[in-house]
Parts: sequence; structure tokens; C-alpha cells
Amino acid sequence: MKNKYSIFSLIKNAFSNHENWQRAWRDPEPKKEYDAVIVGGGGHGLATAYYLAKKHNLTNIAVVEKGWIGGGNTGRNTTIIRSNYLWDASAGLYDHALKIWEGLSQELNYNLMFSQRGVMNLAHNLQDVRDLKRRTHANRLNGIDAVWLETSEVKKFCPIINTSQDIRYPVLGGTLQRRAGTARHDAVAWGYARGADEMGVDIIQNCEVKGIKRNGDTVEGIETTRGFIKTKKIGVVAAGHSSVIANMAGLKLPLESKPLQALVSEPVKPIIDTVVMSNAVHAYVSQSDKGELVIGAGTDSYVSYTQKGSFNIVEETLKAILELYPIFSRMKMLRQWGGIVDICPDASPIISKTSIKGLYFNCGWGTGGFKATPGSGDLFAHTIANDEPHKLNAAFNINRFVSGDLVDEHGAAAVAH
Amino acid sequence: MFLINCPYCGERDQSEFVSGGEAHIVRPKQPTELNDDQWAEYLFMRKNIKGIQFERWNHAHGCRKWFNVARDTSNDKIEKIYKIGEQPPKL
Repeated sequence: MKNKYSIFSLIKNAFSNHENWQRAWRDPEPKKEYDAVIVGGGGHGLATAYYLAKKHNLTNIAVVEKGWIGGGNTGRNTTIIRSNYLWDASAGLYDHALKIWEGLSQELNYNLMFSQRGVMNLAHNLQDVRDLKRRTHANRLNGIDAVWLETSEVKKFCPIINTSQDIRYPVLGGTLQRRAGTARHDAVAWGYARGADEMGVDIIQNCEVKGIKRNGDTVEGIETTRGFIKTKKIGVVAAGHSSVIANMAGLKLPLESKPLQALVSEPVKPIIDTVVMSNAVHAYVSQSDKGELVIGAGTDSYVSYTQKGSFNIVEETLKAILELYPIFSRMKMLRQWGGIVDICPDASPIISKTSIKGLYFNCGWGTGGFKATPGSGDLFAHTIANDEPHKLNAAFNINRFVSGDLVDEHGAAAVAH
Repeated sequence: MFLINCPYCGERDQSEFVSGGEAHIVRPKQPTELNDDQWAEYLFMRKNIKGIQFERWNHAHGCRKWFNVARDTSNDKIEKIYKIGEQPPKL
């Protein structure tokens, strides 16, 4: 049983110089066999394991991670959470996640620093205005909070935005989802890991999958750098490396993996208390609790697994940021990094069974997976446990690329997906 | 971020080029005879290799010609550049 985190445990541990905190999760040796194995110890994978144990009583399971948990895209994103998607299927999926976020810190007894500071999406031309207004209507029909703001209301909500009509891409208005916001990304992985570990899930780090053993159309186990693990069910949640794992099983996925960049500035006093995104000029910014501006840039146009990204992508984003926020002109950027995102042709995820029995994929989240972490884990756990999708992820099956029933959020999402 | 040696113009920054994705995906000769699975394979399924991948590039802000590149996607190192219509090199 894990000790409960509270103000009292914080005070108590302060007296022993914080040297006696209980381990948040074990570091077990892999067993010979599990009922299910999750490949990938990021937020989505750990959430999947947590819900498999919690809601489906599958506790003889393991999460295998080639590095350390939360060290991939979970630790590399810009932590934005929102659910203002256009299509019904996406709205259902992302709002399911948002609803779980709202009570997750309490459920996990782990402070995720979930902050519903609102996400504003800006319109810079007439087509943006039409598209974003249409999206607010679609959101509200799906029970998702969304409002349209005129330029003066945008300025009132976020006073540092340059709303001059003389700039190259003037602000013609925007949408606001007040329930949207940010969370502490590492805490999500750690909170789910602690919760899953408590229910008996083995979290095995530094364990890279090298092969998937099949007997005809059924999986038998995985070859790893720490030996063979026998299992009947494998849930792959490997983000940018999904195709690499799929290739081991002889599958091809409709994915391309590309570097997506983000950067943070030096820390400053509170200046922006919301998240502002702009699709047309591709710039989005929020401020972390440490005071850094967190800025999201775009993806490179080519396939790469280098976790770096090109300079010109960062340059374009910063140009746009400076035009919209002249007040940032003398700030220094502190760090820049890239994460490898797996992008589907329709910019929607895949949470699905495959043609191989016992092999499940949760991938294709592209540039916007962090926000979905709890919902993705919940629905993927349901899919693995029942060998059938939940009604909320039925549309996100892999067969949609054969049937043509795509969930085309590429042009519809609030920002470059 | 890397340089690409355009076979027509010489070495230029990658930002002058547009990636055309995986190369050597042959357009079906008899499109009407394809079933849905084969269409999905042709339109959407990609190898997305971590390692040496054969891909098409276009010098969009230069000569605007297409050509093929063999590139290691794990470190962005270009192994070979060859023209459209040529067979992929053995690497």
C-alpha cells in the first residue's frame, strides 16, 4: 500500500530532509509470462496499464519501456489540453479525456497541476473566422464549451496580444474553450505509474522490444533486451516508433514519423495566464508555473527519428510570436528540443485491434496526443480487455483506411492538429 | 536540418526542398481492378523506416526538379542521391 500524499506527509518528510519518501514504484525484473504487455512507458502506455488493472482487473501485466518512463513525447510536449475538435468522433474522444483530467489529481493522489486556464484559438483571415465559428457551433452541439470572441474581447482576455489591424496577419477574432488548459506532463506519467504499480503492474524500464513472436496470426510474446516475455496480448503505444514495432510483426501502418519542435524561454514573472494558439501563423504560447514561455513550433516535412528538427521551423514560429506579442522581443530562448510524432493521413489517432490476434495499436496521435492521455489509456484498456473497441474509439479503427471512413481533422482541428 | 546535393543545382539547404515521401511506390497499372485493401496499401500504408529509407525530394525553391534520395532517417545522413527512374542503390 502506498502512503498517501498530503500536506501532512509533506510536513512530516520535511523534518527528515525529504530523505525518507517511499518509492513511488518498484523496479522489478521481468517475469517469464504476463496476461498482457504494454509496449511503451509514456503517459498513454502507463494510463493503459492503470485502467487495465483498475477497471478490467488485469493486474498480471507489465509495461516495457526502452528508456525511462515519460522520457519520450510525454516529457517533450507543450502540455496543452483541450477538446474543441470539429468532428463528432474526435469531440467524443477528446472530451472524454478532458472529463477524466478534471478529477484525475484526486483519483491518482498525485498533483498533476491541471490548470483550466482556457485555450484561445485566433483567426487571422475571413476563412479562419468562418471555420472557427463553425467549429464553436459544432462543439456546442456536442456539449463542449466554446465561445466566439471578437477582436476587442480577445484583447481583453489576453492584453499582451497585438491586435493592431496593420500587422501582416491581423487578429480578426478567436475562439475560447474555458475548460481547456495545461497540466504538468511528467506528473501524468509518474502519477499513472505510481497508481498502476500499487495495483501490481510491473513497470520495466531500460527494456527495449527487439521482436514480436507470432504463431500464425496469433501473438506469443515479445523478444526484449532483457529476455523473452510470453504473453497473449500486446498493446503497442510507441508513438513515433510505432512503425518500427509494427514492422517487427510484419504489419504496415499508415504513419509517417516526423520531428516536432518546442522551445522554452528564460523564466519571467507571470505575463500570460492562458494558452493562445494560432493556426494560420503557426504559433502557440503559454507560460509554465516556473515562468518560462512554452512555445510550440511545427513539424519538419520529412520523415526523421532524430528528435532535433530544423532551424527554419523554429525561426518561422518565433517570427509569428514576435508579431503577435511585441513585448517578447527581447526575451531569450533557453532550450529547444524535438520529439518524434507519428502522423496519420487524416491526422486522427488509431486505437485499434489489428489483423494479428492479440496485437493492439494505439498510435497516430501526431502532434496532439498529450491532451488525450487519460482517455486514450481508458479506451485502449477497454479495447485490449474486451478485444472490442469502446463506442468512443470505434471510429478510430485501423480499417478506416480501407473503408475510406476517415476522421479528417487535418483541415478541421483548431491548430495544425 | 541538413544539406541536400541537388543533382541539377548542387548542394543547398534542406529548406529549399520539399519532401515527397517514400519512393518507388508504383502507381497501379489497372486501378479499376484493385480491391479496397490494395487501394489502402497504395494510398496510405508506408514503411516509415528508421534507418535507410528511399524517398523522393523536389527542389521546390530551385530547379523544381524531382529526384530520389537514400537517407538514414535515424541520423539524417544522406547515403546516395539518384535520378527519377533509376533503381534504388544497394546499400
